[in-house]
Amino acid sequence: MADELLIPIAADVDVVTARQRGRDLAAEAGFSSGDQTVIAAAISEIARNILTYAKRGEVALSVVANGDRQGIVVVARDQGPGIRDVSRALEDGYSTSGGLGLGLPGARRLMDDFDVSSSVGKGTTVTMKKWRRVNA
Amino acid sequence: MEVPILKQGHYLIASIQSALTDADLSQLREALIERVGRFRARGVIVDVTALDVMDSFAVRTLRDIAHMARLRGAETVIVGIQPEVAFAMVQLGLTLKGVSTALDLEEGLAFLDRQAQLRSERGSGRIDRG
Repeated sequence: MADELLIPIAADVDVVTARQRGRDLAAEAGFSSGDQTVIAAAISEIARNILTYAKRGEVALSVVANGDRQGIVVVARDQGPGIRDVSRALEDGYSTSGGLGLGLPGARRLMDDFDVSSSVGKGTTVTMKKWRRVNA
Repeated sequence: MEVPILKQGHYLIASIQSALTDADLSQLREALIERVGRFRARGVIVDVTALDVMDSFAVRTLRDIAHMARLRGAETVIVGIQPEVAFAMVQLGLTLKGVSTALDLEEGLAFLDRQAQLRSERGSGRIDRG
């Protein structure tokens, strides 16, 4: 596992920082500019979810290799209230905050791997990955 | 970072220069809606060419701007959405439904001119389109 880039999330400017760092890292890892945008948009959604629901937390970014694939891994963690019903939170248009309800399901569509683990009263961790094939 | 808003004839042009925080976007919304009244603007152009990401908050705010400006009698057109940004927006499920868009500033101005012409042909100043 490569070095982890840790971005604390506690204000709206941190959401911008997280998605810009994510874009930079994706560029360094050789992702196309289209994929860089997709990764940045997904980070923006889940980082904002931290702000909206947990007030604070962190986004960790790293690059991993898996055979002939290289991936960018985004982990968003918080110790907020947790998600009572994860499967509902992944439905389009479901929101408990008055938002569009597209953050979590949208980020899932943008990325290749997507996992949410949450426990009520303890917090939420979203792990998502985007892969690209590396030519040997 | 505050977004500069230029007045050109009956139109307001907000030209986004760099990445915006949620607070910046909300500030842009308030400023535009206030200026539509102050300058009696008939059209608003928001140029997002410089935005390399549009997430759900940005899209919701742009939609709100367009709907609020319309309630104040001004037509809004969003210009300059980049191809990668459009791709990511569609994947996210973000549509800007009910909001006019144009390729760039030039097309946006032409669109507003056509709208203005349609209005004057109808003979009345401002039209109510609900």
